[in-house]
Amino acid sequence: MTDALQQLAARVCAAKADATPLYVHGGNTKKHLLGRTCSVERTLDISKYRGISHYQPQELVISARAGTPISELESALAEQGQMLPFEPPRYAGQATIGGTLAGNLSGPGRPWLGSIRDSVLGVQLINGSGQILEFGGKVMKNVAGYDVSRLQAGALGTLGVICEVHLKVLPLPEASVTLARDTSPDEALALMTNYAGQPKPLTGACWVNGKLYLRLAGAASAVEHTAQIWGGDRVDGAIWTQLQDMTHSFFTPSAELWRLATTPTAPCSDQADQCIDWGGSQRWLRTPPASIPQGAHLNLFSGGDRQTEVRGKLDQVQQTLQLRLKKAFDPAGILNPGRLYSWM
Amino acid sequence: MNPDKPLTKNALLAGLRAILPADCLIEDQESQRPFECDGLLLYRELPLLVALPETVAQIQSVLKCCHQLGVPVVARGSGTGLCAGAMPHPEGVLLGLSKLNNILEVDPKARTARLQPGVTNLAISEAAAAHGLYYGPDPSSQIACSIGGNVAENSGGVHCLKYGLTVHNLLCVEMLTVEGERTTLGGGGLDSPGYDLMALVTGSEGLLGIVTEVTVKLLPCPEVARIVMAGFDSVRAAGDAVGAVIAAGIIPAGLEMMDALAIQAAEDFAQAGYPKEAQALLLCELDGTAEEVDQHVDAVTNIFNQHGASSLRVSSDDAERALLWKGRKSAFPAIGRLSADYYCMDGTIPRSQVSHVLEEISKLSAKYQLRCANVFHAGDGNLHPLIMFDSGDPQQLARAERFGADILELSVAVGGCITGEHGVGLEKLNQMPSQFSEAELHQFEDIKHAFDPALTLNPGKGIPILKRCQEYRALPRRHSHD
Repeated sequence: MTDALQQLAARVCAAKADATPLYVHGGNTKKHLLGRTCSVERTLDISKYRGISHYQPQELVISARAGTPISELESALAEQGQMLPFEPPRYAGQATIGGTLAGNLSGPGRPWLGSIRDSVLGVQLINGSGQILEFGGKVMKNVAGYDVSRLQAGALGTLGVICEVHLKVLPLPEASVTLARDTSPDEALALMTNYAGQPKPLTGACWVNGKLYLRLAGAASAVEHTAQIWGGDRVDGAIWTQLQDMTHSFFTPSAELWRLATTPTAPCSDQADQCIDWGGSQRWLRTPPASIPQGAHLNLFSGGDRQTEVRGKLDQVQQTLQLRLKKAFDPAGILNPGRLYSWM
Repeated sequence: MNPDKPLTKNALLAGLRAILPADCLIEDQESQRPFECDGLLLYRELPLLVALPETVAQIQSVLKCCHQLGVPVVARGSGTGLCAGAMPHPEGVLLGLSKLNNILEVDPKARTARLQPGVTNLAISEAAAAHGLYYGPDPSSQIACSIGGNVAENSGGVHCLKYGLTVHNLLCVEMLTVEGERTTLGGGGLDSPGYDLMALVTGSEGLLGIVTEVTVKLLPCPEVARIVMAGFDSVRAAGDAVGAVIAAGIIPAGLEMMDALAIQAAEDFAQAGYPKEAQALLLCELDGTAEEVDQHVDAVTNIFNQHGASSLRVSSDDAERALLWKGRKSAFPAIGRLSADYYCMDGTIPRSQVSHVLEEISKLSAKYQLRCANVFHAGDGNLHPLIMFDSGDPQQLARAERFGADILELSVAVGGCITGEHGVGLEKLNQMPSQFSEAELHQFEDIKHAFDPALTLNPGKGIPILKRCQEYRALPRRHSHD
């Protein structure tokens, strides 16, 4: 694997030397999601750089090369009664851990269990100068140097070629119950914020197709007792997998899909076709909202015109900082240029 | 000595006098003394000036003035840091943010609090308590340390394994750049449009910007919390018991270990009822709903018994729980009674290495002829050896510093890191190359340049200044030890 890593680094060096940008990808499941279309011909495929490199269940830490499919990690963890806390989309088994970090994708438990941004402990990456670098580590706490590992989350591979990822994992919950009830979206939002303020083992709260779903997970006694107090219909947990993998019928149409990241208390959109997840913090919409709530960010997640900007506008100060940061990692601008913003 | 220094100082004085009320600017050395160091008393320095602004607009003007004159700026919250990160620069301004201490808003429905940087960590939870909410990270200095400082250091505490570090509990950070330009990182939701600069700035030790406002997430207060305390005849048995708790699928709210010397010192200090004959003590806090806590207390009690606990006690109410924590939380002052001075280290190691590392520390203790007590955030592998010495004896001080450096290098050698929560500051600069290659350190430097091209924000801290940067004068190594 050392040779394979050196070869990846050599490819980056060569790209820098002849000023030819690279489209870096793993399973290629997010090519049309999250960012702009990266119209670069030369590709750097990391999907073959794969495999779990280190796993010690008692340390709650797993390390894997970037091309490792999420499903492979999940199987290894499940054997030891553990899980990836951030429940990333598996996209038919093709999604990789490197791509998941680059996209900062996470499932319905985000407000309670965090995203991969919250679970990542360390990375090995190749910067735009072809140097193989390691940041963070395999321990729970590490404040030496800047937190370069977390910075990769959501950077869409524009700051480095992610080669290996170290992650904190958690035990699988002992028990899990899903409760459902019919509500309007406004009622659902009010209930979600009410329940989330209670010290109960809530790990999912979404509204779709006229129904509010709540997931309780953790110690069996706590889950059962809370389910009795809160009431509602007990249903199977299929909704959470459908949200996690985006296989729910809401996501089926290939039309524009907008993602609004907002405070959970922001007013509900009056659009008929919407899905509310993350206890109200994530709103999936089919058309952009008329106005964006204070502090919220809007992203054209998929579909639509992906040649133009698909992420929220940054203020001038931050645009300058982000551009300088990009240059600090990738001075020649060869890693996924234009994927995040046209100017970067 | 910089030949321009008197000129700069005069220009700076004139500039800052025009910005700040007279009582917000400390010019004379005697009044500056309280600001000469942070919680790590070994390193001291006086700044040119201490500025204590009262508004964000004043901070902005101070930054603009300093930027124009090329004067270094070192931010300081409550000064409780433990790595000399807030030690002043002799040719710079110490920017104290403690006067900005208002809680701007608590939003119980969104479960957030918007804070000025000088608000103390404990004050957040106190303000949130009326709504049944609290702020998760609780460093031992929480009564005094500020949220701005917590962001700068990515502070932890005893509840990190379950509730995360500062970086996991932030939503939004307002920051001023070195040029005094304002920007907002993060937002009301959980995702940002571009790079996650909030994550990058958290733990950056004041090297990338000045935090002027912080929005944190609040958590519902657990219904019940109880502690299972167990004494063990060996560190190894206690270490194995920690692994077994995790293997059983339980994530305790807190899981702390103390060694024999720490147990005795803490018990003498706090009379918490610790078993003084034990070689190792575990404090395992379990929180959640009443049913869940009952279930987990039973499970943990069984595990500790199976691993040969020599004594066992379960807190029956919050008063007893507070008493059991008091021993642990007063471990530092307790050691302070045993020794004229102590030096606290902060390496993080894989949990499975704890017995090995404590044995090695014991050997180093003999080698350097200095006693060392160990308290350990066992849940997340963060070790705090407390090296005891007398700073009146320069030889002991030198031995303590070498002892500490050896412990940090040992932490890296077993797969850990040199600092889990205290930061690098000035103190651990020399150990950075043991954790990072030259290329990695250069990458850090390039990040620093992206935010602070003239290197005037907290210069000489956090990341070592490498050869290619030596045209910039490093901090003079002339810290007074007393």
